[in-house]
Amino acid sequence: MRDFISDKLKTIKPSGIRKFFDIARSIPDCISLGVGEPDFDTPWHIAEEGIYAIESGKTFYSSNQGLLELREEISKWNKRKYNLSYSKDEIVVTTGASEAIDIALRALINPNDEVIILEPAYVSYAPLVSLAGGIPVIISLKQENEFKLTKEELESHITKNTKIVLMNYPNNPTGAIMTKEDLISISKVIIDHDLLVISDEIYSELTYDIPHTSIGSLPHMKDRTITINGFSKAYSMTGWRLGYLMGPQPLIEEIKKIHQFSIMCASTISQHAGIEALKNGDNDIIHMKEEYSQRRNYLLSELSRLGISSFTPRGAFYIFPNISKYNKSSEDFATSLLNEEHLVVVPGTAFGDSGEGFIRISYAYSLSELKEAIVRLEHYLKNNY
Amino acid sequence: MKEKILKLIENNAKLEISDISKLLSTDESSIKSAIAEMEADGIICGYNTIINWDKVSEELCQALIEVRVIPERGRGFDNIANRISKFPEVDSVYLISGGYDFLVQIKGRSMKSVSQFVFDKLATLDSVQSTATHFVLKKYKDHGVTLESISKEPREKIIL
Repeated sequence: MRDFISDKLKTIKPSGIRKFFDIARSIPDCISLGVGEPDFDTPWHIAEEGIYAIESGKTFYSSNQGLLELREEISKWNKRKYNLSYSKDEIVVTTGASEAIDIALRALINPNDEVIILEPAYVSYAPLVSLAGGIPVIISLKQENEFKLTKEELESHITKNTKIVLMNYPNNPTGAIMTKEDLISISKVIIDHDLLVISDEIYSELTYDIPHTSIGSLPHMKDRTITINGFSKAYSMTGWRLGYLMGPQPLIEEIKKIHQFSIMCASTISQHAGIEALKNGDNDIIHMKEEYSQRRNYLLSELSRLGISSFTPRGAFYIFPNISKYNKSSEDFATSLLNEEHLVVVPGTAFGDSGEGFIRISYAYSLSELKEAIVRLEHYLKNNY
Repeated sequence: MKEKILKLIENNAKLEISDISKLLSTDESSIKSAIAEMEADGIICGYNTIINWDKVSEELCQALIEVRVIPERGRGFDNIANRISKFPEVDSVYLISGGYDFLVQIKGRSMKSVSQFVFDKLATLDSVQSTATHFVLKKYKDHGVTLESISKEPREKIIL
């Protein structure tokens, strides 16, 4: 029989995290700090709106772009929170932020267009760029710069083929953020070189020291920015698969075509729940953020007690400790931690080569799980070093 | 900081001082003295355990009792509330708005002993006009804790 798989897809490697979770699943008493997903239940008043939507028969397709009321709320919410000015016609509601990233890339990339990706990076960016026919150009961010993108780093990677800068702050896996000043200096380069930004801001509500700044709110940036956000992290709604992208209308009109043809519309039930989240969910975020913040304090204090150095994450719910002093590759470190102590952390290399020397720890876990994880980590270090 | 400590121990009285200190990035001695102060000020009144007695073989009977009283001149409801509170069988006493005055929670070994207490001790108090007893059949949620939680199934594979 012929080989039916496309040549392009064959060049794409499966996610590096995968084989890890395969092993972890076979160990019964495993403690995992591996999954990047909130551990809170979806706030009940939000979930109930979803139930109510089903009860009242709101179970049909919505408009392709998303329910009008939801888009109006998204518009207000982003104005209120980040001073972003997108009208209801400049928003497409998607099946999670993941779809938004995919359709934005597919709408914009011509063959051999270069897309700058900041590593360590979320696992799907580079594969999605390649599948869309683009060329991922990697910038390896440095711990000494707090994993921020500097003007110089950006400038030195721009060629005549560069088209898009794909950014993700607050960042998975490092927990880094970019302040308004940081973004202003980057935006000058972006404007000078006539580039476009895709900004994945799914963790925007989870910043612990200073509020999030959205690059699309900076002067002259709206026309060259696609802002992506969603409900999964802020409202603990991962399974609802609800996100959105916002951008200047001419781009949105084109991006919408892919969404129409491939997805039709996001789940109508989830969209109704989403309206409730945006209208009445501020307190839920405050409560969850407070807990994440305390767990971050806890882990930072315990890691420093164990002598593991870590950059202080300012957003998301990850800590990205530097384990290079233990003379093991990230993958070996994580594998032996799993085999000896049944503790799952993700090797930094799952997020690109520049993650070598780091592990990602998610603190979207209860305090009792974090405590047990620290006991195991301490035991591991005592036995091995 | 006191409020943050209270929020933490409200849901977990067993939380150790060292953990609170790490969670709040504050040194242990400040936490200790803040807790001691709040105990002295009567802000922290005690440390209880939430127990699902249904799972213990020991028989336990709880009832909520509506109590209608005649308030006393000059002392209002306080005097009678204090008298009702003295009984060890009484778990809690609330003065409430609506059709009656006090909601009294009672704990006893059996339905019989609870009724006995209401007839003999509560209803016979001078200022008590009438009582209505509601026996608790099953507790679903207590002190913010769902007692019989739905067990979560182990999740299937997801890569993220």
